[in-house]
Amino acid sequence: MKKLFAQLYVWLILLLLYAPIFFIVIFSFTESRVLGNWTGFSTELYGNLFHNLIQQTGTGTLTAAIWNTLIIALVAASASTILGTVSAIGIFNMNARRKNAMMFLNNIPMINPDVITGVSLFLLFIFLHVAQGYTSVTLAHISICTPYVLLSVMPRLYQMNPNTYEAALDLGATPSQALWKVMIPQLRPGMISGFILAFTMSIDDFAVTFFTRGTVGLDTLSTYIYTDARKGGLTPELRPLMTLIFATVLVLLIVINIRQRRSAAIQKN
Amino acid sequence: MSKRSSWALPYLVFLIIFVVLPLLLILMYALQDAEGQFTLANVMNFFSDKDSLCTFAVSIEVAIENTVLCILLGYPVAWILANKELNRSAVTIVLFILPMWINALMRTLATAELFSMLGFTLGKGTLLFGMVYDYIPFMIYPIYNTLCKMDRSYDDAARDLGANGWQVFWKVTLPLSKPGIASGALMVFMPTVSTFAISEFLTNNKIKLFGTIIQENINSSLWNYGAALSLVMLVIIGITTLMSNRSKASGEAAVI
Repeated sequence: MKKLFAQLYVWLILLLLYAPIFFIVIFSFTESRVLGNWTGFSTELYGNLFHNLIQQTGTGTLTAAIWNTLIIALVAASASTILGTVSAIGIFNMNARRKNAMMFLNNIPMINPDVITGVSLFLLFIFLHVAQGYTSVTLAHISICTPYVLLSVMPRLYQMNPNTYEAALDLGATPSQALWKVMIPQLRPGMISGFILAFTMSIDDFAVTFFTRGTVGLDTLSTYIYTDARKGGLTPELRPLMTLIFATVLVLLIVINIRQRRSAAIQKN
Repeated sequence: MSKRSSWALPYLVFLIIFVVLPLLLILMYALQDAEGQFTLANVMNFFSDKDSLCTFAVSIEVAIENTVLCILLGYPVAWILANKELNRSAVTIVLFILPMWINALMRTLATAELFSMLGFTLGKGTLLFGMVYDYIPFMIYPIYNTLCKMDRSYDDAARDLGANGWQVFWKVTLPLSKPGIASGALMVFMPTVSTFAISEFLTNNKIKLFGTIIQENINSSLWNYGAALSLVMLVIIGITTLMSNRSKASGEAAVI
């Protein structure tokens, strides 16, 4: 009885959480321009989306926004993965006092709300007379993503057996060989989850992008949606786009889950 | 190995340029007038400006309500998910984090649209519901983590010593999960105060939160006043962080 009640509660909260997403998914299969107005089943919006993606590619279009989002996320996630990993190794080798100081600095961007980070970086680019656009947005994203990469690599360093690195050196490896062949492989899981975290944060970011994109008409998906919604009425093609993103993530998660279970099962045997 | 510590130097420089300097710039712009002369007028303006103070009070109120609702609704979820007996069917924490992959603005717009379709007027109620919906994963996750890491033998010990189910929860589980609640509250409270766009969408521009007036000032080139408002937020962030650190520390002390 208690168990049934608990299950019911969890599913109820899940239902509430997913309601708006299902709402978008359902209404991506109708032609209506207005969200919430069902005019019969149709895949026209999907057709329109793909048509637009191929045909309309200029500045200010949805296609441009999607490309900007992906490119900025890829560059920012890669850069912050490298910066975060290198710095994690550095910080790991510091004495306790310096380590604490670095971790304190590293935590500031994570505690700061997006708006404050956005405003502060906006003032920075104004102060340094840096033209705002691609570069400023990418730099801003690197600065909000790197702390998370660092935090996901750090635990790996603590788990690592320091003797393996020394052993590699004793067996004649140069320090850089020991780094690439011994250390990096052990850090890899942390780097991968850090990269994924950084990538999603960059894609999802709105406030920081909003303040640092300048006035050159650079749009990411978030700022595109914001401008679009303020103009009144959301571009209907966003519905199939969000549905596709959701489906992709769902499939990826299921695949990861199955693989994890399989490898857990193999380990048990 | 010790030479490796220099590997963190580039990041130290990066942090100084992109984190420390920008925060100092907020302070600098907040204490300057448009001509670059030192002044306290911007900060004083905030305390004499009724609109700003009102928005500020509303933001704090909404943030407190949102945090409390997230704890009340999210704690049971985290507790059930962390309890192996109650959660045998593989409902995972991942399901609660998955919605975050959909663009937050898009989700918010859909929520607002859903409310209108169901016949609710957009206002305070829908704002709160939408906020809870956006932020509850940030509450569930840290509580879930703390509960999972918790040593279950404390529960057993309490039970062996004669505590009933409720007593075990109130006197053992809840106090031990305080650090999780504190980090969850930190992740919900500040972002709620400073949110912009989300509150406009959920209330049809009826209710503004503090983030919105910061954005409006910056966008209309009133950088100095915008910076002063940001400075007010920074002070509050400092206070809440200290408070949550203290409760975390006391939570950890309780474990020992």
